[in-house]
Amino acid sequence: MKFVDEFREPELISKAAEEIRHLAGTERHYCMMEVCGGHTHAIYRFGLKDILPENIELIHGPGCPVCVLPMGRIDDGLSIAQDENVIFAAFGDMMRVPGTLGSPLEHKARGMDVRIVYSPSDALKLARLNPEKHVMFFAIGFETTAPSTALTLMRAKAEGIRNFSVFCNHVTIIPAIRAILDSPDMRLDAFIGPGHVSTVIGCRPYEWIAKNAGKPIVISGFEPLDILQSVVMLLHQLKKGEAKVENQYKRVVPWEGNPAALRAMNEVFELRPYFEWRGLGFISQSALRLRDSYAQWDAEQRFSVPGIRVTDPKAAQCGEVLKGVLKPHQCKLFGRECTPERPVGALMVSSEGSCAAYFNYEHRKAMVTGLTSIA
Amino acid sequence: MCLAIPGKIVEIAPDNRDSALVDVVGVRRRIDLGLIQDDKPVPGDWVLIHVGFAMSKISEQDATDQMNTLRMLGEIDGAVQEVQGYGLEGAQQDPQEVGQEDLPEASQEKVQ
Repeated sequence: MKFVDEFREPELISKAAEEIRHLAGTERHYCMMEVCGGHTHAIYRFGLKDILPENIELIHGPGCPVCVLPMGRIDDGLSIAQDENVIFAAFGDMMRVPGTLGSPLEHKARGMDVRIVYSPSDALKLARLNPEKHVMFFAIGFETTAPSTALTLMRAKAEGIRNFSVFCNHVTIIPAIRAILDSPDMRLDAFIGPGHVSTVIGCRPYEWIAKNAGKPIVISGFEPLDILQSVVMLLHQLKKGEAKVENQYKRVVPWEGNPAALRAMNEVFELRPYFEWRGLGFISQSALRLRDSYAQWDAEQRFSVPGIRVTDPKAAQCGEVLKGVLKPHQCKLFGRECTPERPVGALMVSSEGSCAAYFNYEHRKAMVTGLTSIA
Repeated sequence: MCLAIPGKIVEIAPDNRDSALVDVVGVRRRIDLGLIQDDKPVPGDWVLIHVGFAMSKISEQDATDQMNTLRMLGEIDGAVQEVQGYGLEGAQQDPQEVGQEDLPEASQEKVQ
């Protein structure tokens, strides 16, 4: 409870923590997965593990789009930009993510035209500003960023901008949850649902988790109190033997989501039959590609793409960590061969990946404590 | 990319109803309103921004809460850097200068 005083609403936090302790009792163990990487980051940053009783275990889910992107996709995108007429544009998050032959930043150092953009519409702006070049936007993200890519493509089409394309890596969160639920070693009791993804997709798409898999899910905000309240709501459901979708983040997430964003996605994208997720393998209907009506702006159709597949080293146990079978530090490579500076596995790649978050907060904290106790 | 940034609508572009000037802790950039066309904001409204696009309208209180969440997560510098980069503009403000005192503009107005 040592972190409680640092929060904005210490009394409410203490009250929620007390309620969780009361509801959880001591008889059984509860495993809850927070799906979103933003929640993972918040849970470590706020030290919520120290507030929760020991029989509530938070498992960190697949909700970090950088982490789950297979290395081969980075290689494929970079291979298109080997053409000196192509500008490779991507969010800053992608710049240090390693491909087989180095990250986009390392390719830039070797002479590739690599630009950081903070919005897909700025990639389109680059295309307007560089009519003699082709700008390829390396699109990544869940439903928080996919609608923006979609609207940008609609604008490109409306304006007839031909020197622009998208290398689409957008993924959707629901099939990943389904893959985790289908896995034979799954041991989850409930889900903390993503906040900002749900502003787009709403709460309805989660209903099958409650109905078919019989697992409660609560869409949650990102503040410490939001996450603790979501745990309280999940415990109430679990104690009563219920499984339904609840929305703790009502102040931001409408039940129906954002219809305009969903329309834009539907206009531009269709589901891929399958897509590879780093750490989880191939998941059917889990990613988006451009519809035929947008083929002219689809980098995968305009350019020849090698279709590189890179398997993660067998020793990396990302899949087991993602499914909650192992804790990050129980992986054989954690903190030795695999660190945030030199990531081997998917979950160490971005600060929102569960292994990187664990390394940055828990592992460093343990090392400092260890050093202090030695001194 | 996944955490939304709260911003206050300052002005809707007269020649393009889908483009608005937004203020995020004193940084002003243009964002796209095309994804909230069913419920268009007006100047003074608060929105949550993802990668240069407003994704939802929120209350001023929620904007302040979200800014506090970003601050607690140590993500303020990253958020300001993102907003500064909108429109392909270079960094014009040192992210280090943005500290604890820089609450969203509206919460300062409230104090005054």
